[in-house]
Amino acid sequence: MTTRLHPTKEVDHGAPAIEVRDLHKSFGDNHVLTGIDFHVNSGQVVCVIGPSGSGKSTLLRCVNRLEEPTSGQVLIEGIDITDPETELDAVRSRIGMVFQQFNLFSHMTVLRNLTIAQQRAKKRSRTEAEEIARGNLDRVGLSDKVDAYPAHLSGGQQQRVAIARALSMDPDMMLFDEPTSALDPELVGDVLDVMKTLAGEGMTMMVVTHEMGFAREVGDKLVFMADGVICEEGDPREVLANPREVRTQEFLSKVL
Amino acid sequence: MGSLTRTQRQRAVRLTLYALFVLLAVAFVLVADWEAISSSFFLVEGFTGTWQDFVFVGARNTILYTIIAFVGGFVLAMVLVLMKLAPVAPFRWLATVYIELFRGLPALVVILFMALGVPIAFGWRPPGGTIGAGLVGLMLVAAAYMAETIRAGIEAVPKGQTEAARSLGMSGPWTMATVVMPQALRIVIPPLTNELVILIKDTSLLFVVGMAANEKELTTMARDFMASGPSAGTATSLVFACLMYLAITLPLTRVVAWLERRQKRSR
Ligand SMILES: Nc1ncnc2c1ncn2[C@@H]1O[C@H](COP(=O)(O)OP(=O)(O)O)[C@@H](O)[C@H]1O
Ligand SMILES: [Mg+2]
Repeated sequence: MTTRLHPTKEVDHGAPAIEVRDLHKSFGDNHVLTGIDFHVNSGQVVCVIGPSGSGKSTLLRCVNRLEEPTSGQVLIEGIDITDPETELDAVRSRIGMVFQQFNLFSHMTVLRNLTIAQQRAKKRSRTEAEEIARGNLDRVGLSDKVDAYPAHLSGGQQQRVAIARALSMDPDMMLFDEPTSALDPELVGDVLDVMKTLAGEGMTMMVVTHEMGFAREVGDKLVFMADGVICEEGDPREVLANPREVRTQEFLSKVL
Repeated sequence: MGSLTRTQRQRAVRLTLYALFVLLAVAFVLVADWEAISSSFFLVEGFTGTWQDFVFVGARNTILYTIIAFVGGFVLAMVLVLMKLAPVAPFRWLATVYIELFRGLPALVVILFMALGVPIAFGWRPPGGTIGAGLVGLMLVAAAYMAETIRAGIEAVPKGQTEAARSLGMSGPWTMATVVMPQALRIVIPPLTNELVILIKDTSLLFVVGMAANEKELTTMARDFMASGPSAGTATSLVFACLMYLAITLPLTRVVAWLERRQKRSR
């Protein structure tokens, strides 16, 4: 299914998957993002770290316009999603998003969680949607949970279902907002394993996380945010071992 | 008293209270005029001679009117809720004005307006006659309360549910219809059942519009059997109506309590 994303512009597969230009975001007079420029290339895994309240979630949510940017541009595969002409729903269905609190639809079975948006937004038939859903549940190791309700799953299982739900839309890229922060420590590994596999398969990923091990192991780029700006970015192993900025050093000394 | 322990003192207090209760009960039985009570509130011929009318006409109509007002009110309430969520401000204002207006007016006045005022003013011939018009009034009021209840239910659905649906590319209306509404309605089942109970009792207000023999609900029936029939001149028919109301409402309030307990457990 190809829905036009914009009446005149075409997807540019040569452009970065995500490109953010001079992004500002305020809530009232709280200036949360004050001029962010960065990009994620196709196939890259970019990890975003930074102290709580520095604007990481806000930045991530501006990328699929769950949050309305105050000014600046967000380009997804070359298409500006801040342009009112852009078909926002169509763009969003190409960007998978995974939340800290999982946000599974609590009144639906696992299978229905995975098929509803496929049928409504991608206009897939029920049979096709269910086949794709089962395939993705298999990918995250939860084939036996198709008929379960979210409340009967552990946090780790819920998060893997949420990942499978996002994958069922065949997204070009995935956004993760602290996907393991709400999990009991012993459940973190399963979710990280799924994410590592995804990264290995070449998925474009933007991951807000506190898991430095994950960033070091699979990240292509590490971005350190503080007070609404990108303070430092570079190769994760490099940044984690030899942070250049004082604020990065301070932050890392607390979390490592 | 100073020599009594704490438990002994508590036991003495409890005993005194029991004794007081027994004394009051005995005094009541002795003083009450049982003859007058049974002949004016519990006249046997009154029950045996009217029960078919009470069950097959009165109770039936009370239930029927309740269902009509509830279903109509619910549909109208959903329209009001959608108006409240509309992106266009005038719709929101209209819904707000409606809700504030009908929650601020006595239901009895609205019923009189619909049954008498509006038909006279505009030559409106309501479906179902005067009683139909009275029902419209009851429905208009019920809708205002239900709209507020449903809106609160929608607000109680976590924001993350909407965000997840929108991030998957689902449209706003589809998200509302398939993700938010089903969860909101589940949340409001206990308060809506409560409103159903209130509505059952409020059908008695229809008494003021007057109704034909086969249209009578419980209150009108009770009023009319006070004036004529086997229990005329006594309040027996009122007691009968009370028992009928309780037979309908008590099970429902038990259901509400059960629903609320179940919901608390599933959270
Ligand atoms: N919806 C909102 N309304 C008002 N303020 C918000 C909202 N979302 C986030 N903020 C504020 O923006 C700042 C950054 O929040 P956030 O992006 O969640 O930071 P992080 O994810 O890095 O912890 C915080 O000060 C927070 O209070
Ligand atoms: Mg956050």
